[in-house]
Amino acid sequence: MGIIDNINKLFDHRIRLGIMSILVVNESADFNRLKELLNVTDGNLASHIKALEQAEYILVEKSFVGRKPNTSYSTTTLGKAAFKKHIEALEKLIGKKE
Amino acid sequence: MAEQDYLKDISEIKNLMNRSTRFISLSGLSGIFAGLYAIIGAAIAYFYLFPAAGEYMAINSYNFLLLVSLLAVVALLSVITAVLLTTRQAKKNNEKIWDTTTRRLLLNFLIPMVTGGIYIIININNQHYGLTASLMLIFYGLALVNASKYTIGNVKYLGYAQIIIGLICAALPGYGLWFWILGFGIFHIIYGSIMYLNERKS
Repeated sequence: MGIIDNINKLFDHRIRLGIMSILVVNESADFNRLKELLNVTDGNLASHIKALEQAEYILVEKSFVGRKPNTSYSTTTLGKAAFKKHIEALEKLIGKKE
Repeated sequence: MAEQDYLKDISEIKNLMNRSTRFISLSGLSGIFAGLYAIIGAAIAYFYLFPAAGEYMAINSYNFLLLVSLLAVVALLSVITAVLLTTRQAKKNNEKIWDTTTRRLLLNFLIPMVTGGIYIIININNQHYGLTASLMLIFYGLALVNASKYTIGNVKYLGYAQIIIGLICAALPGYGLWFWILGFGIFHIIYGSIMYLNERKS
């Protein structure tokens, strides 16, 4: 038993953590917006999104803006809770060492 | 993962949260300029356009039209200066100027602002000019406070200040022009200077 328990393996990647950070403070964000903020390639971002989607941490919503397909992402309640737990664990971990 | 990495994670999270929700590049200089334009505009209005004591200004008079145009010029110049300076600064910081954050900021600013503008126009059309300066200050203050959620910095304090003097102005009829100068002129210059010094420091 330790604080490490609450560190979420799924978030142990900078891009996934980034996606979650953006989505918890914004109602939703679309693919291009995430790409622009995180500075990553399409393929890279898509694979991380998939991982988060499979864990049901984020919700994917496809729609059309005019004729162009637009995919927007938002966090689920589960995802928000998991993210919060992870951050708290990180803070504790750092706080303990100081 | 080492402690260093976790620390980096946390600062990265903070940075992303800020960058995705808040607009950073508002320039202090544009505040100073807006204040100067307001004071120059008010001076022109005071010396050339205001009716002498005892007279009153008719809504369809030539002077009234000039006054409204003067106001529009002040507003337009302020907006142009703000856009130019902000774009320049955003370029320097490598930020995008027209993204979701900016659009949200603008929308939240414009809702109280346009509401107030229309309300004032309706008032003037009904011959109620008395509270115009006060209403302008109050609605501008509300717009700033509303938009401040999407900026980094202390725009909300400027907003509070505008609302407060707007209310005082409403209580003291006849001094509209002076409160207008204080709010749109002097407060902008003070606020802009503080922002500008902060920008210089960082």
